[in-house]
Amino acid sequence: MLMETLTKVAPKNTPDSSPKKKGRKPADLLSNDEFIKGLWRENPVFVQVLGMCPVLAVTNTAENALAMGLATSFVLLMSNVLVSSLRNFIPKEVRISSYILIIATFVTIIDYVIQSISVELHKSLGAFISLIVVNCLILSRAEAFASKNTIGKSVSDALGMGMGFTFALLCLGVVRELLGSGSIFGWQLMMDNFQTWIIMILPAGGFFTLALWLLLFNGLQLKKSK
Amino acid sequence: MDASLWKIFIGASLINNFVLAYFLGICPFLGVSGKLSTATKMGAAVMFVMLIASVCAYGINALLAAINAPFLSLISYIVVIASTVQLVEMFIKKMSPALFQSLGIFLPLITTNCAILGLVLFQTSKGYGWLQSIVFALGAGVGFTIALVLMAGLRERLDFAETPHMVKGVALTLLVAGILSLSFMGFSGL
Repeated sequence: MLMETLTKVAPKNTPDSSPKKKGRKPADLLSNDEFIKGLWRENPVFVQVLGMCPVLAVTNTAENALAMGLATSFVLLMSNVLVSSLRNFIPKEVRISSYILIIATFVTIIDYVIQSISVELHKSLGAFISLIVVNCLILSRAEAFASKNTIGKSVSDALGMGMGFTFALLCLGVVRELLGSGSIFGWQLMMDNFQTWIIMILPAGGFFTLALWLLLFNGLQLKKSK
Repeated sequence: MDASLWKIFIGASLINNFVLAYFLGICPFLGVSGKLSTATKMGAAVMFVMLIASVCAYGINALLAAINAPFLSLISYIVVIASTVQLVEMFIKKMSPALFQSLGIFLPLITTNCAILGLVLFQTSKGYGWLQSIVFALGAGVGFTIALVLMAGLRERLDFAETPHMVKGVALTLLVAGILSLSFMGFSGL
């Protein structure tokens, strides 16, 4: 799935390929287009279907979803910056291993940072913080975008993709927490006699909620193409 | 001793199935589960990498504890996994080029399969010994293969079914996975 996406996305991202950018200033450091595409048009979760493991696993509450989204965005941003600045030095043959090592370094950092901020949060996210290393989203952005583009563009790409990822996680987290525990971010929202849907907190609920969001996106896209 | 090993095996393969309960290894689960024959071989390859990674991780833990550098653990795990996958890739390419073709890009992608890194992390946090680690890896591998094969069988059938255009693709696979996950919850009574 990763490589399919790479081949799909790569040609679009090569510099000077999109005619739309002609009217734009060449020195546009934080280009809007790269930022916005991650939020909606190429949303990493709903459109590219990347990085599914954390999307399903830690979205049982909105708080976990937000923390996971921010942690992933941080790693994505830092690794994109480093990969982009080293893109002329890393030999082609060992590039994937070098990217993974770069990503693993930043994940170790964020692991310790989260532990120092809140031990409770660290416990509830558990092994999934370390598992950011193998999130296909980060590796695919490094390979498909950061290794071919300037630092400025990579930063806005990472910010956009990170926001898009966080947004998607929140979409799932809010629905699952609201139906599963009757609250959002721990605030009780449903009335007292609301019967909670236990299934939404259980693993199966993750699959169902994501499937429903994907259906919504598919439906919107079908409507648009008609 | 025997009973506890058996418990680890059943726990990892059925009750806490890596794919359906922990959501690890979803990418290959959605990607390679289109055909039954490929799914079985993918399962075998992943199980092999899991076994080696699990034994190596046990050694790494001992070594890192000796030199007092726990912050290096994540980086060392991923290096071990990446090199094992490289090894398997060369082996399969040499022994069976046809299989190499059919697994395609998903073979090198075993490196970024969360199930393997997840296995290593869980085994470390649970403090398993070397024999327990091997049994745990075996159970996880069997569980992954079961999930993959079940999914492939279901999807081969679904290809002949009339489904609305909107549901086709990932959404349908996810719905099926949700139902599978529900049925696997039944094992928690074991």
